[in-house]
Amino acid sequence: QLPTGLYKKVLVILHDSILPYMNEPTLMIDFLTVAYGIGGAISLLALNGLFILIHQHNLEYPDFYKKLYSLLDPSVYHVKYRARFFHLLDLFLSSSHLPAYLVAAFIKRLSRLALSAPPEALLMAIPFICNLFRRHPACRVLVHRPHGPQDISEDPYVMEEEEPSKSKALESCLWEIQSLQNHYHPDVVKAAAVLSQFLSEMEDDISGLLELSAYELFDKEVKKKATDVPLEFEQIRGLFGKKNDIFAEHFTLD
Amino acid sequence: SNPFEVKVNRQKFNILGRKTKNDVGLPGVSRSKAIKKRTQTLLKEYKEREKAHVFKDKRFGEYNTKISPEEKMLRRFALERQKNYGKKSIYNLNEDEELTHYGQSLAEIEKLNDIVDSDSDTEERGTLSAELTAAHFGGGGGLLRKKASSTQQDEEEEKPKSRKELIEEMIAKSKQEKQERQTRRESAIELTEKLDNDWKEIQTLMVRKTPKSERKGKEVEKPKPDEYDMIVRELGFEMKAKPSERMKTEEELAKEEQACLQKLEADRLRRMRGVDEEANKKKPSHVSADDLADGFILDNDDRRLLSYKDGKINIENVEEEKDEEEEGGEEDDDNEEESEEESDNEDEEDSAADGHSDLESDLENEEEGAGNKEQEKQKTNESESQNVEELDPKVEAAKSELPYTFAAPESYETFKSLLAGRTIEQQLIILERIQKCNHPSLAVGNKAKLEKLFGFLMEYIGKLATLDLPELRTIDKLVLPLYNLCQMFPEAASDSIKFILRDAAHDMEEVLEVKGRATFPGLDTLIYLKIISLLFPTSDFWHPVVTPAFMYMSQLLSKCRVTTLQDVIKGLFICCLFLEYVSLSRRLVPELINFLLGVLHISLPKKRAQGYTVVHPFTPVGKNLELLLVCDKKDLESWQKQNLPLSIVSRLNETSRTEINHIRLSCLALCFDLIKKCAALYEYLPSFHEIMHPIRILLTQNVPVSNYPEKMQELYHSALKELEEKEKHYTPLICEKKKPVPLKQYTPKIVKVLEFGRKQGSSKKEQERRQLIQRHKRELKGAIREIRKDNKFLARIQLSEIMERDSARKRKVKELLGSLATQEGEWKAMKRKKGKN
Repeated sequence: QLPTGLYKKVLVILHDSILPYMNEPTLMIDFLTVAYGIGGAISLLALNGLFILIHQHNLEYPDFYKKLYSLLDPSVYHVKYRARFFHLLDLFLSSSHLPAYLVAAFIKRLSRLALSAPPEALLMAIPFICNLFRRHPACRVLVHRPHGPQDISEDPYVMEEEEPSKSKALESCLWEIQSLQNHYHPDVVKAAAVLSQFLSEMEDDISGLLELSAYELFDKEVKKKATDVPLEFEQIRGLFGKKNDIFAEHFTLD
Repeated sequence: SNPFEVKVNRQKFNILGRKTKNDVGLPGVSRSKAIKKRTQTLLKEYKEREKAHVFKDKRFGEYNTKISPEEKMLRRFALERQKNYGKKSIYNLNEDEELTHYGQSLAEIEKLNDIVDSDSDTEERGTLSAELTAAHFGGGGGLLRKKASSTQQDEEEEKPKSRKELIEEMIAKSKQEKQERQTRRESAIELTEKLDNDWKEIQTLMVRKTPKSERKGKEVEKPKPDEYDMIVRELGFEMKAKPSERMKTEEELAKEEQACLQKLEADRLRRMRGVDEEANKKKPSHVSADDLADGFILDNDDRRLLSYKDGKINIENVEEEKDEEEEGGEEDDDNEEESEEESDNEDEEDSAADGHSDLESDLENEEEGAGNKEQEKQKTNESESQNVEELDPKVEAAKSELPYTFAAPESYETFKSLLAGRTIEQQLIILERIQKCNHPSLAVGNKAKLEKLFGFLMEYIGKLATLDLPELRTIDKLVLPLYNLCQMFPEAASDSIKFILRDAAHDMEEVLEVKGRATFPGLDTLIYLKIISLLFPTSDFWHPVVTPAFMYMSQLLSKCRVTTLQDVIKGLFICCLFLEYVSLSRRLVPELINFLLGVLHISLPKKRAQGYTVVHPFTPVGKNLELLLVCDKKDLESWQKQNLPLSIVSRLNETSRTEINHIRLSCLALCFDLIKKCAALYEYLPSFHEIMHPIRILLTQNVPVSNYPEKMQELYHSALKELEEKEKHYTPLICEKKKPVPLKQYTPKIVKVLEFGRKQGSSKKEQERRQLIQRHKRELKGAIREIRKDNKFLARIQLSEIMERDSARKRKVKELLGSLATQEGEWKAMKRKKGKN
């Protein structure tokens, strides 16, 4: 019923400026559930208030995880509220009593979406996934399946399935992370390479990674001191003069 | 020495391996030594404390240790002679005299004798021959044995030879030898004397033959033989021609070059894999093995990548079939020529350099060997002569108008004024001359100057790109000197490019913070990014310049709003850049896929987005939709595939609708082609289909193919084919085996003890500091002790002086008193006498 901008503003401050001062926070249940059902960024924001209600006021939310699962779409790595969302997601998935299929579905979906994520999000998402593996050793089959069927022609995981239990995530493998081991950013490659080894017991602390921005990453790279600078050895012949230069095919210098 | 004078420092504990210096002391001896030293130095000073005169030693070089004693003596003698030179003493009769014997100077004879002596018998000078030593010290047995080995027959005949006899025999022998030698020497001396005499006679004759009148004439002629002599001497001293390495045949040259390229390529691969940082363990082995093999034979359809792949292949073959070397060589040559023909542009530049260098041969000489450019020249000189001739007049004209030396510009303004108003050729020549005149090997500060030049050049290129009518042709040429400079100073170049990148990224970040959205940067930044790919290897796992450039481009693609057609072109340009950057390393760039998806999305009519999601900066709904949508049937039909001119980026002057539509279609075509290239690039990734899934959906379900012109349909189908043909193939993941952790061992940990009683385990610097402090303390204590001892010594001397003075005074007083007493006594005695009397 509210315009989108206002909706967002309200939801951003709801959890720490409104709810603690209400006598009856449960009154907000309807508002929040509606907001949660809208989808997109508003759902992500409503999650925070909803969490407080569930956590402190005994709210029973049916199919909470299913809804959470459906919130994961490609934009989740790109939106401004990424840090907040992943902080909450971390909280929700920290319980060790969650069924393995559910966690596996989350892992699979997160890594599938990571294929289109920017590097700063990847640097956060990969340790996040690692942590999930540590909490739920039953999901280890996703990265280690020594006696599985060889040469599968199709990924068993069903991305379009709304219900995590039917997504067949446990039958799949994390080929996405394997692909990310060929990412262009060296840190992402290193982070992804961790998953192909047996994980250490200690969980990574991702609180510092949540707020990572692209500019920070860039700054870090620029400030690195290099001992020597490798050079291109191929002689050049002009701006577009490289061997089979893509530009020469599509652009002219006029 | 006297045991009562020895003081022993007894140790409480004996420690093995410790060396003690001070366990025994001689206090008496050391004290007397100290006192003696003080009397020699301190006491002297004390006694001379109120005296102003100084004793000066004027002997030559008395205190100069650098001169050896002989030399010192010689110099002194020379000085003395100098001093005495002028005065002709009438009393000194034997001045300038020379003692002679048989008409020869004695000194010379002595010298001669010495020389002869030097090679005379060895025994006389005390050196022992092996035989002699054996005879004297070896014992009879040894001698006998030796004899036995040397002269068997003798031994058989007269075996019973006593030791005495043997020795006598030897002595006789040696005496005989000695005599022989003496006679030989004498005869030699005689001969030389005779020769000398003969020579003297002849000489006198010769001297007489040239009367004085003729001499003057001879003197005039003299230079002639001198010249000849000089030539002879020159020839004599001239460096002998050393055997140089033989000229290499073309085959060998080609082979060497290939080996070099191969090595560079191997280096690049190693860096690409990032082996240095994390040995191969971090990559799943089953992927990387295939992966690399693939990466190497990537796009093997083109024949131009010769230096990389064919080199590799050739070399492998060479090892297998050595007898077919000839063929291989020929192939190599072919390759060589081909690559030469390709490199027209560069050769033009080089030829220009060559012609120029003739004029400044001295500079050139010094430069030879520096820079790999020369090498390039060598390679290209022969086959490109006709090209050179074609180009020459133009270049010559340009050259003739320019001065030959240029000072390296100190600021960008001077640099700009240097290049302002010149043609491209002239600018290039100017740059080249600046480089040559300021080659780092010529002067100290040149390196810094040329490093600055790189920055100026970059700035200049940026300025050229931001003009209303960007002079891209000029930039195209200017890239070459930039490349050369970069090869010379990689550090400086990387720093200046990093600086540019940081500025650009910083600007974008600021805009993002203020406005919440960023816009694509100008053409200059795009050109810079392109230049980076030319100067540095973009396939490295980590590279100080390329990695930040990657980050920056990723931000551009994911943060900048796409609102106009220029933005689309810029974005596609960056996509091309990305593809070029990863063309060898085949790394995944999600931003690239996202952007291509977004570009396709905005080419669709509204309300048709299904089955895929676009991400930032594109939105499923919004005003930038349909940016690339072309509905006009006519425009669709009249479209021809064309290359996009880069200048569009900074200005879109084609106001006519048709042309804009055409550009839109070109963008779309470009997009299709890029998708195709991406598909070829990423097909090896295990989740290739997942990555390309949204694009495939969009292509198959949403794109209105039938509306497109034929050419576009072709492109579309080839892209789609590339996407769909790849077979799906998954193998389950397996973690790498963990290395077994070794058990904890209970062997003692061994720590290196450097010095006893010192604290261990601090850094080397800290240890050094502590040592220095300690030494300083010790020295200070020693100095204080010495000063104290000096003071004591002085006090003692002063006291003894005072005592001496006092005792002398007392003695004198006593004497006086005594004399007075005797006087008094005498006087009283006299008085008594008088009284008696």
